[in-house]
Amino acid sequence: MAGEAIEDKRAAPVERIGSVVIRIAGDSGDGMQLTGDRFTAETAAYGNDLSTLPNFPAEIRAPAGTLPGVSAFQLHFADHDILTPGDAPDVLVAMNPAALKANLKDVPRGATIIVNTDEFTPRALTKVGYAASPLETGELDAYRVHAVALTSSTVKALEGHALTRKEAERAKNMYALGLLSWLYNRPTERTLQFLERKFAGRPQIAAANRTAFLAGWSFGETTEEFAVSYEVAPAALPGGRYRNISGNLALAYGLIAASQRSGLPLFLGSYPITPASDILHELSKHKNFGVRTFQAEDEIAGIGAALGAAFGGALGVTTTSGPGVALKSETVGLAVSLELPLIICDIQRGGPSTGLPTKTEQADLLQAMFGRNGEAPVPIVAPRSPADCFDAALEAARIALTYRTPVFLLSDGYLANGSEPWRIPDVESLPDLRVQFAVPSEDGEPFLPYQRDPETLARPWAVPGTAGLEHRIGGIEKADGTGEISYDPANHDLMVRARAAKVERVADTVAPLDVDDPGGDARVLVLGWGSTFGPVAAACRKVRARGGAVAHAHLRHLNPFPRNLGEVLRGYEKVLIPEMNLGQLALLIRAKYLVDAVGYNKVRGLPFTSAELTEVIQGLIGDTAAVKGLGDA
Amino acid sequence: MLETSVNGTANGAVNGSANGVNGSANGVDTANGVNGTSGANGANGAAPGRVPVPVPPSPRAALPLTVKDFKTDQEVRWCPGCGDYAILAAVQGLMPTLGIKRENLVFISGIGCSSRFPYYMNTYGMHSIHGRAPTIATGLAVTRPDLSVWVVTGDGDALSIGGNHLIHALRRNVNLKILLFNNRIYGLTKGQYSPTSEQGKITKSTPVGSPDTPFNPLSLALGAEAGFLARSIDSDRKHLTEVLAAAAAHQGTALVEIYQNCNIFNDGAFDPVKDPATRDARLIRLAHGQPVLTGDGRKAVRTDTGGYALAPESDPRPAVVHDAHVSGPEHAFALSRLADPTTLDATAIGILRDIQRPTYDQTLNRQLEQAHDQHGRGDLTALLAGNDTWSITGN
Repeated sequence: MAGEAIEDKRAAPVERIGSVVIRIAGDSGDGMQLTGDRFTAETAAYGNDLSTLPNFPAEIRAPAGTLPGVSAFQLHFADHDILTPGDAPDVLVAMNPAALKANLKDVPRGATIIVNTDEFTPRALTKVGYAASPLETGELDAYRVHAVALTSSTVKALEGHALTRKEAERAKNMYALGLLSWLYNRPTERTLQFLERKFAGRPQIAAANRTAFLAGWSFGETTEEFAVSYEVAPAALPGGRYRNISGNLALAYGLIAASQRSGLPLFLGSYPITPASDILHELSKHKNFGVRTFQAEDEIAGIGAALGAAFGGALGVTTTSGPGVALKSETVGLAVSLELPLIICDIQRGGPSTGLPTKTEQADLLQAMFGRNGEAPVPIVAPRSPADCFDAALEAARIALTYRTPVFLLSDGYLANGSEPWRIPDVESLPDLRVQFAVPSEDGEPFLPYQRDPETLARPWAVPGTAGLEHRIGGIEKADGTGEISYDPANHDLMVRARAAKVERVADTVAPLDVDDPGGDARVLVLGWGSTFGPVAAACRKVRARGGAVAHAHLRHLNPFPRNLGEVLRGYEKVLIPEMNLGQLALLIRAKYLVDAVGYNKVRGLPFTSAELTEVIQGLIGDTAAVKGLGDA
Repeated sequence: MLETSVNGTANGAVNGSANGVNGSANGVDTANGVNGTSGANGANGAAPGRVPVPVPPSPRAALPLTVKDFKTDQEVRWCPGCGDYAILAAVQGLMPTLGIKRENLVFISGIGCSSRFPYYMNTYGMHSIHGRAPTIATGLAVTRPDLSVWVVTGDGDALSIGGNHLIHALRRNVNLKILLFNNRIYGLTKGQYSPTSEQGKITKSTPVGSPDTPFNPLSLALGAEAGFLARSIDSDRKHLTEVLAAAAAHQGTALVEIYQNCNIFNDGAFDPVKDPATRDARLIRLAHGQPVLTGDGRKAVRTDTGGYALAPESDPRPAVVHDAHVSGPEHAFALSRLADPTTLDATAIGILRDIQRPTYDQTLNRQLEQAHDQHGRGDLTALLAGNDTWSITGN
């Protein structure tokens, strides 16, 4: 029985559509994230391209039925490759009045809304400020509303099961998932298999969820409520084996891959913090890869232990978010001084201070760049999509190990929790990260812990246990070569410049910045970094589809910049830098290249929509056309 | 005591657990350590899926080492007359007797006068940042159980800015030897009061007297579940060496508080227990299995209810007998607080507590071994694929 697909004898007409954006919203205790994950898994298995955006409150269980307690999951899937979780939902599933109220403003008129009428009680309505049910006042007339008694239908479907009413009600998310699965012709066997696995120890609960799911599916099939169902054909993606992956999972796997490819044991020192904790959780499961995870007493101890492990020859990593970086700053500075490899993963969230723990932002760039005492340069890399977190982790490890330096990896909440299909890489194709530890010289020359490699300017990595290389390092300025304490003015000047030059040399091994400018005639360049890749690229496509010319370049390396960046910037009349901050990359670009870059900045805790970026880009193209016209006259 | 090695024969003989913890690793010389990274070319070969191996003791030196082997060519920059010199000499003297390879010894410090210590030890060493040495040492000890990791810290470094790390290292029982140089003053910043300064102490930052209640470092450590606790005095080379040897032999976190004289900013702070003329009336030299008596034998701890206090010879009750291996903390706690914080009357020195419990690094490394036994060596290809994949052909 388990895992068997439902026989599909579809009576209602099936309409083929290219893409759809679905948002499922309910109480944070309603299982919305799980429902979203399952629908995503079905969709991924079907072969659509997809992108997801979970959006949940920081509170674990805010009071039921209130606006702050609303948790939502948005999924965009398509028969072609897509770049974002979608600007606005085509379909909103609202499990209660709070979910409707909190999300309605994002739903364009004409969209479909499925509401759970059972929760539209006077009390629940009053709780969120509805004087009367919006289902009856006509305020939803502009939408296609399907009023479905999700809760009571679920309870009814589970009548034969030995469950309390409360337990039965809890399965309503599976009923909703069944209905959505029917509506979008999703394959069902994986969800049925998943339920068997998840509730393996509790067959009663497994059976109830399965029944609720199938009942929801059958409801779609038998009711006349839905005149048509929809089919989104599989997308034509590059050939290969795929899986769905979130940013934090991809990052954890990238770190394990870096450990395997370097031959160094992975040590994670970390303190729980949203939205980074999932990396700690994931890595703690993989002890058979030699991964050691250390849940420290605080952020400082997390990075301290990682640095200690690096001193001993491990791949040392710490994971955190912005407030944690603030606490770790002094140790990052020590790592700069010790010149040991270390990876600091900052899964950015809204700031300052505690800010918006579960919402995304890109406002830690300058903290990563400058947030230390003294001249303490640190290379910075940033992933552009959830799956790209894997490659970014490998790149961070490559830089750290090659140049013996701490490296910042700047992910964010949007990438961390969002997911997309990932073409699983061939392990053998991953970079070779092997390192050479220092060995005593054969001619008995004294060991010089700060003698630099002429090419990379990295110093030797001499790990304890190596006879003949006993040495002392520390945070006090060291003499060039010997590493002994030195307060000599000329030496300090030399060492400060040497550390800066070393970080600059990272650019020697970084590919030139690639510019996407299909026509080659664009006057406007959009320069992005990090998680804005999806919306920026999608907006550029829209602009081009309307006949506009725009170029897009996206930075993986924020410090140092790729060598050709200045040249790229000078090739365009206007440079637009959209960022989820108040202009941090723009500040660096303007300072370094004296380019009059224009910012587009929002800090709403949410990714940009491609629609808004399309308008901004088109506005700039219009400006350049106007300027051009003036010049011609 | 001096022949004691890191394998803990001293503890093993008494409570029979130290050897059990070490298992049969006694004498195994694994230069490449648990990670296979400690050898010169350990990382070459990119062997996927490292296999964790049982925790070995630190490799034994092939040839006997001497004190000279542990001295560096660095000019020692403590103030002339500083108590740190005596501690350095004691530690350098102790090292050869441990029999551990020099390259497997690591000294990690924070910030402060005491934290310059690693520069003067010809071992691996790190002079880190203020208060954080236990965190760095923890990461090192956990990934490299083949190393003997020592933390050198002071009363400000360990108990003020680094207080959190100290208590968590103790509670986890990471295999670290922590030497806490307590001079009851901030020396490197030139004379502010510290968390162990007496209440009312007049310093640069407390011109009318410190309003703070001081920490008792050993009482604090007991609250943090410390398994090995000792106290000694910088100028008592023999006692200090014995205590340090026992600390070295202990599996787990060993905390040794060393009364250290800062002759510039807090000179004579420990004179009552150092002055040959007066010290024997005040000092209690603890010895396991022996009555708890002052040095002159005239007073003893004679209570078995509530807190401990010294009572004169005339008291009819028998003296309390010291048991460093009793499992509960009450006895050690009472001893830690026997001294009058101002006069130093009834100061107990020696090993207050020496009990065995599993160390953090052993437990964590055992989890790695178990995971390996249960699931086999990690397979990266299988991990990346996961359970839910689909294939797309073409393009």
